[in-house]
Amino acid sequence: MFARFRHFARTLPQAALLAALPVAAIAAGEVDFVQSVEPAGLDPTVSSPVAAGQVTWQNLFEGLVAIDRDGRIVPQLATDWTISEDRLTYTFNLRPDVTFHNGTPFDSGTAKFSIERIVADDSTNGQKALYTDIAAVEAPDPQTLVLTLSRPSSDLLYWLGFPAAVMVEEGSADTNGTDPVGTGPFKLDEWRKGDRVIMSAWDGYWGDPAPLDTITARFIADPQAQAAALQSGQVDIASELGAPELFAQFAEDPKFATNVGTGEMEVVAGMNNARAPFDNVRVRRALMMAIDRDALIQAVKSGYGTPIGSHFSPASPYYTDLTGEYPYDPEAARALLAEAGYPNGFEFTFKVPNRTYAQRSAEILQAFFQQIGVTANIVSSDFPAAWIQEVFTDTDYDMTIIGHAEPLDIGIYARDPYYFNYDSDAFDAAMQDVATATDEAARKAAYIRAQEILADDLPALFLYSDPKLGVWDAGLEGVWPDGPVPANDMTEVRWSE
Amino acid sequence: MRRVPATLWIGAALSLLFVGAALLSRVWTPADPTGMNIAARLKGPGEAGLLGADQIGRDVLSIVMAGAWTSLGIALTATAIGGAVGTATGMAAAAGRGGFERAVMAANGVLFAFPPILSAILLGALLGPGAGTAILAIGLFMVPVFARIARGAALQVWSRDFIKAARMAGKGPVRISIEHVLPNISAQIIVQFAIQTGLAILAEAGLSFLGMGVAPPNPSWGRMLSEAQTYLSSAPHLVLAPGLAIAGAVLGLNLLGDGLRDLTDPRRGQAA
Repeated sequence: MFARFRHFARTLPQAALLAALPVAAIAAGEVDFVQSVEPAGLDPTVSSPVAAGQVTWQNLFEGLVAIDRDGRIVPQLATDWTISEDRLTYTFNLRPDVTFHNGTPFDSGTAKFSIERIVADDSTNGQKALYTDIAAVEAPDPQTLVLTLSRPSSDLLYWLGFPAAVMVEEGSADTNGTDPVGTGPFKLDEWRKGDRVIMSAWDGYWGDPAPLDTITARFIADPQAQAAALQSGQVDIASELGAPELFAQFAEDPKFATNVGTGEMEVVAGMNNARAPFDNVRVRRALMMAIDRDALIQAVKSGYGTPIGSHFSPASPYYTDLTGEYPYDPEAARALLAEAGYPNGFEFTFKVPNRTYAQRSAEILQAFFQQIGVTANIVSSDFPAAWIQEVFTDTDYDMTIIGHAEPLDIGIYARDPYYFNYDSDAFDAAMQDVATATDEAARKAAYIRAQEILADDLPALFLYSDPKLGVWDAGLEGVWPDGPVPANDMTEVRWSE
Repeated sequence: MRRVPATLWIGAALSLLFVGAALLSRVWTPADPTGMNIAARLKGPGEAGLLGADQIGRDVLSIVMAGAWTSLGIALTATAIGGAVGTATGMAAAAGRGGFERAVMAANGVLFAFPPILSAILLGALLGPGAGTAILAIGLFMVPVFARIARGAALQVWSRDFIKAARMAGKGPVRISIEHVLPNISAQIIVQFAIQTGLAILAEAGLSFLGMGVAPPNPSWGRMLSEAQTYLSSAPHLVLAPGLAIAGAVLGLNLLGDGLRDLTDPRRGQAA
């Protein structure tokens, strides 16, 4: 009887809310956004592609610092910080009165735990390599955090703003994958697997409350279905529309706001540099010269995209155009292939994740390779689960194709192990120079040298950089136009009156 | 001699058109069905080739022709395998009777209860996509259809007097099945074969549409449809060409089957 009464007491306000929904929905603000890939877990600090962060970063989880919509480092859970003269000691002053969704207070102890968890030996953080220069973490008092580095790391603050470095607390750290507990303005309501993640405004937030009451990530992989969901009003925002050929129709429609934003995505065809014939640099160069990147962008992206010659986004101030290094030249490619010992070409397995851009690009690359006598057998791989396992974890592949969405991620080629199985002392040295550069000019020079080494060695075939084709309801304000970090930050999104 | 029904003519003509296109594609197509030409991208019918060019500038007519070979090849092989196994099973059930018959038909009933496309997706996930998987998946679900028809028809034949005569002549059930039953039920099996091939084409297109069919660059009608979805408004010919090809082939084989039935079934002839 008591239980029944309780149930009644719970449902009554819900019923009242339901009755008032048509009005409440507009006044209070609900937004559904499209997310192409459903993450395996919602914790951005464990091994996973960017999808977890795209759902939860800034909405649910926050870091010591954050990257804002313009790509700048801004204070978040740390109010300010000082960096020592030798650039080895970072002292953060932490924001007081911050609590996690489960009521646990945030202090230097939780921050210490979060950072140590990233760099621990058994850490499963996908970006762990970015933080390994952190040698010691100390919490002298509850509002102060001190990081001691083993060597200078000029981009450390930037990395600390990443989804991979958000603050988590000890009690919920292990269950954040299914039941994320952060400090953000939204908390998790429900994750309907295969469909959506529903988050609602949290009244205990330390900062200004977000204008919206409820935000929902809708997992829609099929570009056609994304477009249909936008047209029918089921979703309000697609920050990266999957099918560029559909973009024009939204641009013409006054119901929608559209934006061609800069993104940090580089689409590359990674090769297993440890496996023949891809261990031969001449083979890799020949394959690069077999590809007409402009035609590829026309066919796959309806022209929205920029050809790249190395692993760097043209949006970056450190970018240098290296597409001229190995331009499209099938004759020269065939000659180089013969010189490398494959006059009749060869055959290999092309492991392609089942994402629209990847499948399309692969089919076109296949045709280009065929022109120089190289046969690519396309094998489709389920993304993310199967692809991560086969390519990323086991490196059991010849060639694959994927978009690298993290900004300033050229350092992945220095990681050991990483799925390219690429090893170059010259490149490692260049990345070392980037980390220890004391001024902007030296840093830029080192980044450019790193790009040049890759453009010459071609551990991956560098294809194109992707713009962020955003489409959203014209009545919305505050949507991120660009993608300095792969994210769906809804904290400033509001419905205009 | 009965009049040959019009449906038979139309069905036969359509079926022959597609079989002809499939065979022709082995020796000649207007352009290379895998050769891309970005300059011709999304050109409409007449602007580039008879049926236009697709999203990477391949000639649509050539892909449709080459796709006919893929579609018909998989559909015919799957139906032939499923038909042979199913017919043999049905005939064995009719000859064996009793518990054996019940067991065989129960097994077929279970198979029949599975939605074929879903089961095919399951098989595809287990075995990996490809022509072999498609043939196996489609063929498997042809078995109960043929088994039921073969059994029903065979039971009628078994009750006839000439079977008794054959029995008295000392022939065993296997020999009777092959020498007397099969020739008498073959008309029904052939009719069903035509209709089921049509359904198999549809199933193959469905599997390819979902990415469970032949791997690219092998042309396939289902994958053409799948890839053309997002171009529906900007280049409708990309959807229409494979869509009409699938519809035409299925319609042709169905009409062919219907026509053959009308031609061979004496009772239908009388009713008409």
